[in-house]
Amino acid sequence: MADIFELRDYEVWDGNMAASHALRQAQVDVVAAYPITPSTPIVENYGNFMANGYIDGEYILAESEHGAMSCCIGASAAGGRVATATSSQGFALMLETLYSASGMRLPIILNVVNRAIGAPLNVNGDHSDMYMGRDSGWIQIDCYNPQDVYDMNLLAFRVSEDHDIRLPTMVHQDGFMTSHTAQRVKTLSDDVAYNFIGEFKPMNDMLDLDHPVTHGVQTEEDWHFEHKARQHHALMSAVIPKIQEAFDELKVLSGRQYNIVESYNMNDAEVAIVCMGSSVETALEVSNELLAKGIKAGVVGIRVFRPFPLVEIADALKSCKAIATLDRSSPNGTVGALFNEIAGALFNTNTHAVLTNYIYGLGGRDLTKASLHTIYRELESNAESGNVTTPLQQFIGLRGPKLSFF
Amino acid sequence: MLEIRWHSRAGQGAVTGAKGLAEVVATTGKEVQAFAFYGSAKRGAAMTAYNRVDDKVILNHEKYMQPDYVLVIDPALVYTTDITANEKEDTIYIITTHLCTQELIASQPKLLGKKVFTIDCIKISQETLGKAIPNTPMLGALMKISGMYDIEFFKESMIRVLQKLPQKMIDANMIAIQRAYDEVN
Repeated sequence: MADIFELRDYEVWDGNMAASHALRQAQVDVVAAYPITPSTPIVENYGNFMANGYIDGEYILAESEHGAMSCCIGASAAGGRVATATSSQGFALMLETLYSASGMRLPIILNVVNRAIGAPLNVNGDHSDMYMGRDSGWIQIDCYNPQDVYDMNLLAFRVSEDHDIRLPTMVHQDGFMTSHTAQRVKTLSDDVAYNFIGEFKPMNDMLDLDHPVTHGVQTEEDWHFEHKARQHHALMSAVIPKIQEAFDELKVLSGRQYNIVESYNMNDAEVAIVCMGSSVETALEVSNELLAKGIKAGVVGIRVFRPFPLVEIADALKSCKAIATLDRSSPNGTVGALFNEIAGALFNTNTHAVLTNYIYGLGGRDLTKASLHTIYRELESNAESGNVTTPLQQFIGLRGPKLSFF
Repeated sequence: MLEIRWHSRAGQGAVTGAKGLAEVVATTGKEVQAFAFYGSAKRGAAMTAYNRVDDKVILNHEKYMQPDYVLVIDPALVYTTDITANEKEDTIYIITTHLCTQELIASQPKLLGKKVFTIDCIKISQETLGKAIPNTPMLGALMKISGMYDIEFFKESMIRVLQKLPQKMIDANMIAIQRAYDEVN
């Protein structure tokens, strides 16, 4: 039996420590990992907890990220609660196995501490790895600060492992900006946290020898489409209501309110910034400064990136005249992913807002409040004129001559 | 909002110092941030760490900061890095050096006319902790110059932050903090 880890009502944790404690409280059966910056401390702290007797489960140091996720898949198929962490190049190496995990409907929790993908080599935070995972069939939940990381990790187990869902979940946080920034985090006691998640209930587990099953079979043209359709159906239909239910219960337990789409200062706002990660909070800080001057300019944060909440986001943006979508990943040959998603969400609605795209913060480049003020000013002119008054896609915070397209 | 920038070399404990300060501040009910720029994180490389302190939840995650306090815990960084970057008119500098304040300013003229205080945290940490980990003495100096907390309250709080260390090291840190508090000027 694991020792009790004494927690205060709040702790000063960075995002990585918040994730480590959530994994400890979830009583994970198997963590298999190959540590990589900036997610290393998640499994390093976890190994420390284990060495000091706070954890009963197994901890496997794999030979690569591909091996780490493969171990997770085996452990999950065997019938255990499973989690790990990675970033960047490690995520890229895991990619093949990520599709196996979701296709085999294995409820693994992967903490992705978002980091740029080289070349050039860069350990700092951007959303390249998160974007790489967006077609992989995983649930993707995004965090803006260490408190979110703690809460969303607990929630991820509860949602993923539900028998109506049985899909793996990535919990995303920004490398360094969240993972290495210590802030106050309000904690739940070990009992409350564990009960919120619930006991792991196996399904088709391979170690149930009375009911033999095969995982990851070959299907070819005969059944592949039906399997993929069923997987997509679960993502599209079951996940959002289950997350909402978990948000509601978390609010009762903690007083903290999360939403599928986070809207800030959006009452009567005609202009809005849509973004993800720690940028949501910096944008809110700027939005609050504008509100103090009587300017109504809101922020919409994506909380659930996959499944993408088309209906909820269209509703959040319905009164907007101009919207900026901010992408922290190089789109390499098109508009940013959020631009496409938001355009898709709004296209058949009565909202005919002017939509623009900003690429920012690659490789950890600072998103300054000054840049956000500039974006809001450009949104104001777009809203006033009813047209795009700037190029459709602009790079912000980039040195050298201004770069823009379309 | 109170904002602090640390200048340090990787391995000297600026991140631990910033997190320790955040721990102490958080016990008083205030909101905190402690973070750092690592780059490739080689021991000995120049680096910066940061604190934000406020009564409300801190939403700002930008790295850009106009610090109220600049804490320099390695003496050579006064000459090799831009410690006055993004300063305000009333930014206060607390600098580790074996020089007195006048000598330091004479050796680095861009500090002329600024609010500069000096303390030899390297020497204090060597004499009390037995190694050059100048982070906790710098916090003692900060308490004196800022008046942020009563020194006895601060030391009691730091005992909890340092609780994982052997008792001997905790005691040595308390002496280091008090010495820096008494000696900074």
